[in-house]
Amino acid sequence: MNNTKKNRLKDSVFKYYGIMSTFIGLIMLAVFIIIILQTGLSRLNLDFITSLPSRFPERAGIYTALMGTAWMLMLTIIFSVTLGVSAGIYLEEYAKKGLFSRLLEINISNLVGVPSVIYGILGLAFFNRALGLGGSLLAGSLTLSLLIIPVIIVTTRESLKAVPKTIKEAAYALGATKWQTISRQQLPAASGSIVTGVILALARAIGEAAPLIVVGALVYVPFAPQSPLDDYTVLPIQIFNWTSRPQADFQVNASAGIIVLLFITFLMNGVSIYLRNKWQKKVKW
Amino acid sequence: MNKLIAKNINVWYGDNHALQDVSMEIEPYQVTSLIGPSGCGKSTFLRLFNRMNDYIDNFKLDGEILINDVNIYGQGVNTEELRKKVGMVFQKPNPFPTSIYENVAFGLRIQGKKDKSEIDSIVESSLKKAVLWDEVKGNLKKSAFSLSGGQQQRLCIARTLAVEPEVILMDEPASALDPISTSKLENLIVELKKSYTIVIVTHNMQQAGRISDRTAFFYMGRLIEYDSTRTMFLKPANLQTQNYITGRFG
Repeated sequence: MNNTKKNRLKDSVFKYYGIMSTFIGLIMLAVFIIIILQTGLSRLNLDFITSLPSRFPERAGIYTALMGTAWMLMLTIIFSVTLGVSAGIYLEEYAKKGLFSRLLEINISNLVGVPSVIYGILGLAFFNRALGLGGSLLAGSLTLSLLIIPVIIVTTRESLKAVPKTIKEAAYALGATKWQTISRQQLPAASGSIVTGVILALARAIGEAAPLIVVGALVYVPFAPQSPLDDYTVLPIQIFNWTSRPQADFQVNASAGIIVLLFITFLMNGVSIYLRNKWQKKVKW
Repeated sequence: MNKLIAKNINVWYGDNHALQDVSMEIEPYQVTSLIGPSGCGKSTFLRLFNRMNDYIDNFKLDGEILINDVNIYGQGVNTEELRKKVGMVFQKPNPFPTSIYENVAFGLRIQGKKDKSEIDSIVESSLKKAVLWDEVKGNLKKSAFSLSGGQQQRLCIARTLAVEPEVILMDEPASALDPISTSKLENLIVELKKSYTIVIVTHNMQQAGRISDRTAFFYMGRLIEYDSTRTMFLKPANLQTQNYITGRFG
């Protein structure tokens, strides 16, 4: 066999290997979704969404968990966006480039890969115990914020970096201060990709169960939370709870809960893709 | 408006001695061209007048730049105020990714101007001065990116004019434009010198010849020769100047 033939063979081997890998992933996902839909779809109705939890599977609903997830999402947005975006702006635009900022950068990038349960343990020690927040929504959302702040910092920096330097120069040349340049030109131009990154990070956060179990999300909460200091549960934990019950009917509830959770994450991903396309069309350099 | 004066200017980027002992006086209400081969220091020199080099790492300056008798590198100088007096137009048109109107209004908004009718009238007069008004008056809300390259560059000039500068620095403003847009831009520059002092960096000899009153030739970080454009092109004192202008090197 000559070289060209050998290379062609390698080429097609890799092509089929790639196709196979892709399909394995897709098939697993499809099988998972089909099974979930088959089991859960019959249980999914308005009652299921508006009912409080119960020890009778046919009466149990996800209302408290859904409200908990909504609260969690809201609070996490507030904490993670304000802190993450500000830190990203600081590191990209203000921090003097030196050994210290390089160290900081490397650390932040590494934090993205830390397992979420570790953040849970940190949250338990710091927010629950040291700050005395207990198993409240506040402690939970602060923990989830810690989890995604590194992602948001990295996204913000990358988005700012993608804004052409000529825009910055133009603003400076007109007498704009640094903050005016950032707030009126660079941030608006970068906002599309920042928002996209934030939504993806949040979609990850609301699917998390591990860190919240550690920081004391309850498995049974009879009422929807009314304030950030209330006890709570969230969808992933409610699902986790149902799957560990012996009664088969609770498995059905779990599947229905998974459908709702999947719907929310797909929706968030869809919105972020939509926004990314929209902004990309609007801004071209 | 007095002369712009550069006194014994030395600039370093790290170890690179980019400008060496340059002294030069720029006449008000004239067009002054800075010419020379790439890397000769002419853009660095231009950017001294609105302190745009300040953002370059390890930039170091020795000497004085006097504008209206004030050393702009002296203590207590407000760079934002300086840049309102000394505007700049860049090599590649760089409009903001906003509407035509907002591009021109930006310089006013950052000064805290809020009165809509005042901003409206300044936007209109600036676009008229930049000879762009007739082409865009119905479409002020349209994206600046919908304009052609030449229109974008005139928009950038209008944006600069809106903050009422005394000096306009231009860094190869026509290098990304087609011949027709270039000729429009050149006519505009000649028109603008009635009210503004203009310093322009150009690679185009004919352009320097057509529009400028005085021309300075830079080579390897030094100011080789500086005289009226006519003298520079017809009877340059220095052989290097002559060789460069006639295209024998560059």
